[in-house]
Amino acid sequence: MTRRLYSWWAPYVFVSPFFISYTVFMLYPLVSSMWTSLHYQRTLDSSIFVGLYNYQVLLGDPQFWQALFNTFIFTMGVLFVQLPMALCMALIVNSKFLKGRNFFRLCFFSPTLVAGVFVAIIFRQIYNPDNGLANVILGMDIPWIEHKFLIMPSIILTSVWQSSGFNMLYFLAGLQGIRGELYEAADVDGANWLQSFFNVTLPGLRPITIFVVVISIINSLQLFDVPFVLLDGEGPGGHGRTIVMYLYQKFETSELGLACATGWTLAVLIFLVTMVQLHLMKAFKEEEG
Amino acid sequence: MMKRGLRILAYALLIGIAIAILTPLVWTIVSSFRPVGDIFANELPRSFEDFTFENYRGLYEPIVREVGVEQRLFPPIPYGTYFLNSIFVSTAFTLLALFFGSLGGFGFGKYEFKGKKVLFLMLVGSMMIPFHVGLIPLYSLMARIGWINTFQALIIPGSANAFSIFLMRQYVSTVPDSLIDSARIDGCSEFGIYWRVALPLLKPAVGALTILLFLWRWNDFLWPSMVLLDEGHFTLPVGLRSLISTYQEEYGVLLAGTTLAVVPVISLFLWMQKEFVEGITLGAVKE
Repeated sequence: MTRRLYSWWAPYVFVSPFFISYTVFMLYPLVSSMWTSLHYQRTLDSSIFVGLYNYQVLLGDPQFWQALFNTFIFTMGVLFVQLPMALCMALIVNSKFLKGRNFFRLCFFSPTLVAGVFVAIIFRQIYNPDNGLANVILGMDIPWIEHKFLIMPSIILTSVWQSSGFNMLYFLAGLQGIRGELYEAADVDGANWLQSFFNVTLPGLRPITIFVVVISIINSLQLFDVPFVLLDGEGPGGHGRTIVMYLYQKFETSELGLACATGWTLAVLIFLVTMVQLHLMKAFKEEEG
Repeated sequence: MMKRGLRILAYALLIGIAIAILTPLVWTIVSSFRPVGDIFANELPRSFEDFTFENYRGLYEPIVREVGVEQRLFPPIPYGTYFLNSIFVSTAFTLLALFFGSLGGFGFGKYEFKGKKVLFLMLVGSMMIPFHVGLIPLYSLMARIGWINTFQALIIPGSANAFSIFLMRQYVSTVPDSLIDSARIDGCSEFGIYWRVALPLLKPAVGALTILLFLWRWNDFLWPSMVLLDEGHFTLPVGLRSLISTYQEEYGVLLAGTTLAVVPVISLFLWMQKEFVEGITLGAVKE
């Protein structure tokens, strides 16, 4: 065994800031959050052990179910409206026969840079039922963020505007990863562009699609900024309440046990999604051989 | 070999989407220069005389409005304070996170040590846990150590984060081992190797990470709105959000504030767009 030229502890020192920070600001809060979720706690200092009572309360609270439902609707909107939109944008922008692709890519991406709070401030006025831009352009009187059936669709629409460009980047990276020979081979075999799209492009995009879908679900489950500012709270009848908003409200009313139980419920949901991803990735790799 | 009709369709789609995406942004910027009555009237500006800086003045001066016989006073907004707070917090956070990220990435990428695998697994695993789970105890911790309503609370937790280390480790492999070895033989300390040999070679990655980290803090809302209590400490998102109900009738001021908050970020992006795009897609593609 060759003697190392450097002191053995150097790499430990280099990675130590993360692990110190991890222990103090993450591991400890995680453990403490679990503890809190099993206690009834009114103030920071006094609490009694109540077992799974907080989770029971949570599952019996219609507001929590409403939050779950709204978040679910939003997630579906992201998967079935925003991602197809992002894929479309990527496919067009990727086409080598068009001029000004760089300009369009920049333009599509720009809303991603605008913070959720600012997006919400902008759309609060655009959705204004009396004099908002959306109704003026459409020439209609749509109660965008006031009618219970329109609140979540309005939020989904906002997210399509804000985040499609971000997911477009992932799809673009995926498209650029497909080898050109595959298209040439399809061409030689006499495939038209539609056939090569279904037989080369779509299969080639599978790994990145799994990644984008999972990241999108995880982000959607944590939705907070846009609806909270857009509706200035949970919206009429709570029809804009999301899981994280529910958590925040329980924090504000100092029902800390419930807030932590909500956090853990969210974590379990995200864990399940991640497991499904790992499973899909593995199945995909095996298929590839 | 794209057919002509198809190409026209593609252009039509491109331009259509571009208009749909740019309209809210352009509307925001244009409206921020128009009197609030004109914004609500939604008519197109007729001449340059319709434009005004009064919304921007509203960001530091009080506004007095006649409502019938009454006078309504909108107190001055400490917008400059919000802005400086945001700049300070985002910059300090970014610098710290860059340092810890590149140092940790260097440690994981260029050294073999006992327990490395386990530690790296812990690091990757920590990225899967949503921030919200530990939110309440983190808040209690801040309360206990007296960090509520301070900037430390926004800068320190999360500055040594798994994401930066993970991203940096991907790039560190491009630093040649021979360079590191010869520096070592020349008697350079391990930290010296990181600082003088590795870090300069990591420049592209540092660029990508800088903009990601800065944007992350600049746009952050939930945690700052929990931790910050008074106007003197508010960052831009927290500060502007605290005004939305009182300034409903003075919406132009909010739009002016939004325009000013978004401009630095977009300039930073235009300046470093190549690095930025690389940074975002790196984690997804390089596996």
